[in-house]
Amino acid sequence: MWCGIDIGAATAKLVLLENTVVAGIIIPSGFDTVKTAEELVEHGLEKAGILRKDIQCIVATGYGRRMVPMADRTVTEITCHARGAHYLDNEVRTIIDIGGQDSKGISLDATGKVTDFVMNDKCAAGTGRFLEVMARALEVELGELGTLSLKCEEKVAISSTCTVFAESEVISYKNQGKKKEDIIAGVHEAIASRIYAMVHQIPIQEKIMVTGGVALNRGMVRALERKMEKEVEIPGDPQIVGALGAALLGRESQSIKKGSFS
Amino acid sequence: MKKLNSYENLKKLVGSHYMQAKTAHFFNQKIGWVSSGAPVEVLRPFDIVTVYPENHASICGAAKQGSELCEAAEAEGFSRDLCSYFRCDRGSTLLGTSPIGGLPRPDFLYGCNNICGTILKWYEIASRHFDVPFLFVDTPFVHTTMTDHAVEYVAAQLEEIVPYLESLTGREFDEQKFTETLELSKTCVELWKKTLQFGAHKPSPLTCFDAFTQMAAIVSLRGTQEAVTHYKTLNEELESRIQKGIAAVDNEKIRLLWDNIPVWYAMRGLSELFENHQACLVADTYTNAWASAALDTGNPMESLARNYLEIYLNISMDLMLERIIALIHQFDVDGMVMHSNRSCKPYSLGQYDLARCIKEETGIPVVIIEADMVDSRTYAEEQARTRIEAFLESLG
Ligand code: SF4
Repeated sequence: MWCGIDIGAATAKLVLLENTVVAGIIIPSGFDTVKTAEELVEHGLEKAGILRKDIQCIVATGYGRRMVPMADRTVTEITCHARGAHYLDNEVRTIIDIGGQDSKGISLDATGKVTDFVMNDKCAAGTGRFLEVMARALEVELGELGTLSLKCEEKVAISSTCTVFAESEVISYKNQGKKKEDIIAGVHEAIASRIYAMVHQIPIQEKIMVTGGVALNRGMVRALERKMEKEVEIPGDPQIVGALGAALLGRESQSIKKGSFS
Repeated sequence: MKKLNSYENLKKLVGSHYMQAKTAHFFNQKIGWVSSGAPVEVLRPFDIVTVYPENHASICGAAKQGSELCEAAEAEGFSRDLCSYFRCDRGSTLLGTSPIGGLPRPDFLYGCNNICGTILKWYEIASRHFDVPFLFVDTPFVHTTMTDHAVEYVAAQLEEIVPYLESLTGREFDEQKFTETLELSKTCVELWKKTLQFGAHKPSPLTCFDAFTQMAAIVSLRGTQEAVTHYKTLNEELESRIQKGIAAVDNEKIRLLWDNIPVWYAMRGLSELFENHQACLVADTYTNAWASAALDTGNPMESLARNYLEIYLNISMDLMLERIIALIHQFDVDGMVMHSNRSCKPYSLGQYDLARCIKEETGIPVVIIEADMVDSRTYAEEQARTRIEAFLESLG
C-alpha cells in the first residue's frame, strides 16, 4: 500500500493506494502540522483496515510537506497534481488548482510530465481565501456560494483585485441593497478573471481539469468556463488529486532508495 | 557548498579595502563614492580611494541588516518601491551603522547612469547630504547599435572630469599611471572572464554563488594589482579543481543559468536547495556584466566610453536576449532561473517577455522567483522554494 499526504494551507489530505484508491481523507489543517499528519494517517489506517507496516512508502506534498516526519520523501504539489490528474484522465493537458491560499496553472504533456507552471502564491486574490472573506462578509456558508450564485439575475461588477478592497466593495453593494446572489456571482467572476490572467501565461490546452477545494463550487467553475470560453473537467474528488499524485509517485519510485529522490 | 580557498583571500582583500577607505582621510587621501558602472579607471591615477555603495549595500544584505536599514530610509519618507541598495545606503548614512560601521564620508561622488536612473537621484541626495560635488557621466541607452556620436559624447565627459580631479587632489594627471591602470583593468577583466568560463566545464568547478562572492574585487578593485593577483590565485584553484575532478555540486545533473542580482540574504538557503537537487547554477547574467573589456591604451577615453556604454543594463531587451542565448549555448544549461527583483527595475522589467522569448528560441524552460536583493520583507522563502523545487522536479 502507498500513501500520499498533502498538507495544504486550509485542508490536509491523505490517499491510500493499492491497485486503486483505497481511502481518501480530508481534514482541516491544524496549527500543528505534525499532529495533523499523524491524525491523517490514523484515520487512513482505520478506514482501510490496515496496519502501519502495510504502508510501503509515504510521500508528502503541499505547503507543509517538509513538516511531515513520517514521510519517506517530499515532492512539490505541482508535480503531484500533474501526476494525479494524469492518472485520472490521461488526456488532461492543463490543470487549474485553486487552493485555500494559492492558485496555480500547470501544463503537462501526454506522459503527464510538467512542462510549465504558474503560481499565484503571494496574494489572496484568486484563491479560496478570497471566497472565504466574501462569504463571511455576506454571511453565507462557503458551501452555499455555488448554488446561490447560479440564481443570479443581474451580476454586480467587482473592480478591485485586492481582497481587502474587494471586501469593502462587497459590503457597499450589500448596503446598497443588492441581492446576495448577484454579489456572489460578481465575486466569482472577479476570481475567474484573476485566475484566467494568471493561467494565460502558460498554454491553456484542452482537456482542462480544475482541482482543489474551490472546484466544488459550481458557480465558480461556471464563471471560469465562461471566462476561458472552454469547458473544464472536475474530478470526482477534486481535493485529493495532489495526495493521489503523491501516492502514485511513491508507488512508481519503489526502486529508488528512501530519501534519495530529487 | 564547497567553499573555495580563495574565499578567505577575498575576505581579507575586501576587509583591507574597507580598512584603507576608513583611514584614507588620516593619510590625506580623497574618498570617492563610485557607482558600479562608472569608469573608475579615470580616478585611479589620482590615488583616490574608491568605495562602492552598491557593494556596501550587498554586504548589509548578506549580513541580513538590509531590511532594518531600508526601514530607516522609509522613516525619512522614501518610498518602499525605491531600489533597496539606495534605501540601505541611505539608512546606513542616517544611522551611521552597517556590518562595517558605515561608509567613510565621501569627498565627492562619481556615478554613471548606465545602470539605472535611480543612481542619479541617489547620488544627488548623498551630494546634498554631505555637501560634496557629484561627478556624473551620462551614457545614452543603446537601443540597437552603439553610435559613434554616443561614444564621442561619453569620451568628452571623461576628458572633462580630468581637470576637476586635478584640482580636487592637487595632483597632475599622470598619463603613465593611467596607462598602467588600464592595463591592470584589462588584465583583471580577462582573468574574471576566465574565472566565469570555468563554469562551462562539466561538471562545473564553481557555482554562481561563488561568482557572486568573488565578484567583489572586480566591482570594487578593478584596475588595481591586488585584484589581478587575487583572480590569478582563484583561477589556479579552479584549474586544479578541474584537474582533480572536483565539482562544485556533487553528481551535477542539472545545469542552470541565473538571471539578475543575487538574493543576498538568502544565498545559503538557495545554494543548498539547488545542491540538494544536484543542480548547479553554472553561470549568471550578473557577474558576466563585468566580463567584457576591450580597453585600448592607445585610445583610452574612447575605449572606456565604448565599454561602459555597452554594459548589460544599458542595452535593449533584444540585445539582452542575444547575450542570454549566447550564455545558454556557451554553458550548455538545461534551464534558467530568473530572480524578479523588486528593487532593480532596469534588470527586472521585461523578464516575463524575455522568459517567453528564451523558451521559444532555445526551448529551455525558465522559472521566475520573486524577491529583492537586500530587502527580505518582500521574500517568501517557502513559496520560492516550492517554485524552484517544482522546476527542478520537472527537469530531473
Ligand atoms: S536600481 Fe538596479 S541598477 Fe540601479 S542601483 Fe538599484 S540595483 Fe543598481
